[in-house]
Amino acid sequence: MIDDTIAAIGTAPGEAGIGIVRMSGPDAVSILDKLFVPTRGNSILEYGGRRLTHGHIVDPDTKNRVDEVLVTYMKAPYTYTAEDVTEIDCHGGIVPVRKILELVLRHGARIAEPGEFTKRAFLNGRIDLAQAEAVMDLIRAKTDVGFDVALGQLEGSLSKEVKRIRDKLLEMLAHITVNIDFPDEDIEEITYRTLKEQAEEIIGDIEGLLKTAHTGKIIREGLSTVIIGKPNVGKSSLMNALLRESRAIVTDIPGTTRDVIEEYVNIQGIPLRIIDTAGIRETEDFIEKIGVERSKEFFNRADLIIFVLNAAEPLSSEDEQIMKLVEHRDAIVLINKIDLPAKLEESKIQELLPGKRIIPISVLEGKGLQELEEAIVKMVYGGEVKHQDHSFVTNARHKNALERSKKSMEDAVGAIGQGMPLDFIEVDVKNTWEYLGEITGDTVGEDLIDKIFANFCLGK
Amino acid sequence: MREQFEAGTYEVIVVGAGHAGCEAALAAARMGCKTLLLCINLDSIAMMPCNPAIGGTGKGHLVREIDALGGEMGRNIDKAFIQSRMLNTAKGPAVHSLRAQADKLRYHVEMKKVIENEENLDLKQGEVISLITDDKGVTGVLTRTGAIYHTKAVILATGTYLGGKIFIGSVNYESGPNGLAPSKELTQNLKQLKLQMRRFKTGTPARVDKKTLDFSKMEIQPGDEKIVPFSFMSEDLEREQEPCWLTYTNQNTHDVIRQNIHRSAMYGGDIEGTGPRYCPSIEDKVVRFADKERHQLFVEPEGLDTNEMYVQGMSTSLPEDVQIRFLRTIPGLERVKILRPAYAIEYDCVDPTQLKLTLECKNIPCLFSAGQFNGSSGYEEAAAQGLIAGINAALKIQNKEPFVLDRSEAYIGVLIDDLVTKGTNEPYRMMTSRAEYRLVLRQDNADLRLTEKGYQIGLVKEDRYRVYLERKQMIEEELERLRRVFITPEQGNEFLESMQSATIKSSISLYDLLKRPELTYDNIHIIDRERKPLPDHVINQCEIQTKYEGYIDKQLKQIEQFRKMESKRLDPEIDYHKIEGLRLEARQKLSTIKPLSIGQASRISGVSPADVSVLLVYLEQQRRKKVDEIE
Repeated sequence: MIDDTIAAIGTAPGEAGIGIVRMSGPDAVSILDKLFVPTRGNSILEYGGRRLTHGHIVDPDTKNRVDEVLVTYMKAPYTYTAEDVTEIDCHGGIVPVRKILELVLRHGARIAEPGEFTKRAFLNGRIDLAQAEAVMDLIRAKTDVGFDVALGQLEGSLSKEVKRIRDKLLEMLAHITVNIDFPDEDIEEITYRTLKEQAEEIIGDIEGLLKTAHTGKIIREGLSTVIIGKPNVGKSSLMNALLRESRAIVTDIPGTTRDVIEEYVNIQGIPLRIIDTAGIRETEDFIEKIGVERSKEFFNRADLIIFVLNAAEPLSSEDEQIMKLVEHRDAIVLINKIDLPAKLEESKIQELLPGKRIIPISVLEGKGLQELEEAIVKMVYGGEVKHQDHSFVTNARHKNALERSKKSMEDAVGAIGQGMPLDFIEVDVKNTWEYLGEITGDTVGEDLIDKIFANFCLGK
Repeated sequence: MREQFEAGTYEVIVVGAGHAGCEAALAAARMGCKTLLLCINLDSIAMMPCNPAIGGTGKGHLVREIDALGGEMGRNIDKAFIQSRMLNTAKGPAVHSLRAQADKLRYHVEMKKVIENEENLDLKQGEVISLITDDKGVTGVLTRTGAIYHTKAVILATGTYLGGKIFIGSVNYESGPNGLAPSKELTQNLKQLKLQMRRFKTGTPARVDKKTLDFSKMEIQPGDEKIVPFSFMSEDLEREQEPCWLTYTNQNTHDVIRQNIHRSAMYGGDIEGTGPRYCPSIEDKVVRFADKERHQLFVEPEGLDTNEMYVQGMSTSLPEDVQIRFLRTIPGLERVKILRPAYAIEYDCVDPTQLKLTLECKNIPCLFSAGQFNGSSGYEEAAAQGLIAGINAALKIQNKEPFVLDRSEAYIGVLIDDLVTKGTNEPYRMMTSRAEYRLVLRQDNADLRLTEKGYQIGLVKEDRYRVYLERKQMIEEELERLRRVFITPEQGNEFLESMQSATIKSSISLYDLLKRPELTYDNIHIIDRERKPLPDHVINQCEIQTKYEGYIDKQLKQIEQFRKMESKRLDPEIDYHKIEGLRLEARQKLSTIKPLSIGQASRISGVSPADVSVLLVYLEQQRRKKVDEIE
């Protein structure tokens, strides 16, 4: 229990200027080393501990820069927990902190339980005996009250879906196990083809849930949206129109040291966090501006791009450059100013940006805004507008468990493909079942054995 | 008042000479304790009152482990088997399971011989009716004939004799297995000693006359051509083997059963005991799986010198007249004659959560127990517990550290931990799926896992230890050689192509080549010129360890995690009601089970991960208090 590495966000969520992600445990330094690229030198390890080092957190898989950060590491035992501790100071706001937390979790850390840093500090002898009581209270508070309350409606339906997948897995496991443990019984041999089909179906189910992690994140944090287009296509008026339409919000949160403004807009319950490029002076060439580090980061990080074209002007080279940028992104193309004589053909745009939703609008006359809203809602909910029936993954720990279960089910499919013996496949299937159980809090127990005897006729 | 007399003094007394009792008595005696084995009837030593077979999935593993530790079951079945099969060979090596059909009489005779000739071990016919205790625990036993034996430890292995009651239809009577006398008075005494008793049930099918069977209507099931012995001490075995026979029930069979279901003791409600789900009666199968058109049954020989055949799959508590009627609807059994009818049997057993992992009773020091008395089922499960109880009784008397195998070391560890920590609501049977670390706990490596331990406690003698060391050395040397010998592309590619295996660009070790599914130790001999001839079991071991290295390593890592939790010790004297933060249910469960480690605590149902955290905090508190006191 105390042999793994835990991680948590060390600052209150929201608007703080700086966010901190903290890790403690034997892998705290090695995980940081995997993710951190210092501005000078190759590795954090070249710097001594207890020094703030400047650099970037880079996702090793995609090579994308996640955020500009300052990091420190402190070696055991002279730390708060008496274990190796690392801290990543990143930009405040929900997104960068979450992203970094997700990355460290994916690279081997586990999300800390409430009070766990304190608990470790105690267990490792860093805080005095009198505080033990308080720690116990913390643990107790979490189990007796905390859990149910914290499980909101969305997660309630998530655990229902996870249970459904686990039931499928249990059927599969029972069938495999009975084949292994009762070889002489008159029971249908399970075929590798059936196994593969079932395993793939389950992977599909898990992937389905993982996809909702995106939606879940959006519901919690907002859909970060960038409106892009050359000067004078009507970006500002579109923004204002959306703000007018939406009955809610409008908070200006000037980013720390940023010349960009975020606006929140409520589109049918979906919080849209619009990065207002209007904050970047229109006189400057936008494309050039995109080249600027920070704007680029916003652009790269956006969940949705709204690309605005001018219907009254033929396509310019600037437009075409932007097209290249949005080509592979989730984007909606707006052809604005349809109230003016048309000089731009929709079919041409369709050709250049195949598969993208194109909506002709007139911000001036209020035409097409409804369609835009619907298109956004549709993108978020993946085609289905109703969201009551959906399960959403909103919690990084759950997402992490789902990722591990998917991986282990893929291992099972791999083993099936290689023709590995049945009992090896069972190991992977059982692991999947246990990982999913971490989400619902169910343990293995006698479930499997009950299932075997309920489903199969066995005996002497 | 019965007349009583002083009959002798022993160090260990074992009550019951079934599979648990025999192992317990032999282990204690072989570890140097003066031991007495008491048994209601000496003709029923190591009797197999149900199926005439030893081993099977999970159970075969137990027998191998018993053997590796110096127990007797493996050697005895090697002397007495009349058919041998390795089950599950189409699956991975971890679930290959040996099963042998036994000549029941021979099995009994061979075991009795071993017991009679064991130094330090006395064998006596006698029924124990009560335990003699003082405030320090058990000190002796009293038999029905008034004999008082004094002792330092008692091991109860009473099987289905204790409070035994047989049911055949509406007929029921007090009886031990197979019509033998039951043990009637001991239960009352155990209840007075405050042991929580319960009632379990099991059953056995009819034995039929071989002369009245038509085997031409059945499928033959022969033994394996190549026999793998159970015991690591047995040389290659060759023997004439007896076949088993397979046939099926049909709608007529099911009709007879359904029409008479009200006459079944089980459905009539006479039986109060809980039966095992893995051996339901045929009426249970017909009712619960009503849409199944047929059920299979194996007809198995009970021995070479008898016509009795065991009808596996047809256990029942229907009356004798119904038994004969439904049996005669089955192909090959049309003219069958029953030699012994099927019966269900109820018996008294203990709630095993009252036991320690050493199988000593928590509240009655020096009282140990094993087998069906502890809520298990099966000869192998019984023998495994008997062995551990015998070992620990001896160690306790000799003031030595107890011997406990954990879940990562042996199926025996899984069996006992399950019983003692989780308890059981039905007669407990071993299955490979109960073992979390199955890939490591294979039947082929039981000696590599356990023989060293058996040697350290003094149960494994020099002869077995030498055999083990030789085998271990051969395996290590061969693995080392496979790692060392490299094959160049020139030497290997022609062969690899012929095997439809990917060719190589640079040299590769034999070890790495063996990992390829299409290559085996046998077929790479073409490119492996310098190999020496080795025994099959050595080759087999090397092959398993190379081929499945990836999976095995994964499991070894899990075991490392498991061990860390097991090594955080809990004192059985802890007062859980005084620990702040534990939930009420956890307090109660922890107080009864008295787990010895955080790991064991976490397996108790009703103890949540949060409770485990509280325990960890508590442990640290205690540790610091101690440090403070020293300072």
